[in-house]
Amino acid sequence: MTHYWSALAGGMLIGLSAAMLMLATGRVAGISGIAGRLLQGVQPLTGGAFVVGLAFGPVLFRFLSGQWPEVTLTASWPILVIGGLLVGFGSRMGSGCTSGHGVVGLARLSKRSMVAVATFMSTAILTVYVMGFFA
Amino acid sequence: MTNGNYVRVVAALVSGVIFGFGLSLSGMLDPARVRGFLDIARDWNPSLAFVLGGAVAVAAIGVVVARRMRKPLFDERFHRPTAPVIDRRLITGSAIFGIGWGMVGLCPGPALASLSLGLPATFLFVAAMLAGMTVHDRLEVARSWLQKSPRDAGRAA
Repeated sequence: MTHYWSALAGGMLIGLSAAMLMLATGRVAGISGIAGRLLQGVQPLTGGAFVVGLAFGPVLFRFLSGQWPEVTLTASWPILVIGGLLVGFGSRMGSGCTSGHGVVGLARLSKRSMVAVATFMSTAILTVYVMGFFA
Repeated sequence: MTNGNYVRVVAALVSGVIFGFGLSLSGMLDPARVRGFLDIARDWNPSLAFVLGGAVAVAAIGVVVARRMRKPLFDERFHRPTAPVIDRRLITGSAIFGIGWGMVGLCPGPALASLSLGLPATFLFVAAMLAGMTVHDRLEVARSWLQKSPRDAGRAA
């Protein structure tokens, strides 16, 4: 039960962060977009500050709760590399990921984002399903 | 650095911290739980649906407020996404992204946020992810350059 409350509260904080960024700077909190622009050297200060803050989030969680957030990452290194390449390439090609399309796009009722979310949820579910037969 | 610029950087930093803290609290940082959420055919863990639901609901309040403002607090205008159509790039890219997300259970936000936990596997994933982004953006530059060449000028327009 507590999982559901922390999931909801955490989600609402993510939404609050996205709303803050939009109202303060007028920009979409899309992590793949921010990371991609950083790699191109565009908006290095605001993008860099956001990413530094993002990585500080778990440290703040550790400080307040007394424990690190749970992370269980057991994928083998070829899976990590191929998965990482696909996530990076695909999120740039599709102009967004779970944050830009999933959170802000759906909140804006963008049709493009609805199609993107339906597409990546489908292929992600299918991928987990197929990989389950080889586990 | 101008004053407005300085305030924007601070606003971005604070938003980033809240985003990263929210990810930590929500369980999204844990690839095993993300894959459990995606595994609808076996042992489905639906809790992460509450993450997306809560996030979209609060972000939507921000969208409504933003529509009533002429410009954001610390910038001259809203930088809204401009791409108008649902095209093959959107669908193919999203499909590719979903495959990678399903394989590992990490998307860009949680991957970058959990770097601070110092796990070698996360660093490897992030390095590959940034490489994938760079490969895409380089190809994109090459493609638009080809489209601008005289031979294709008519077709590109």
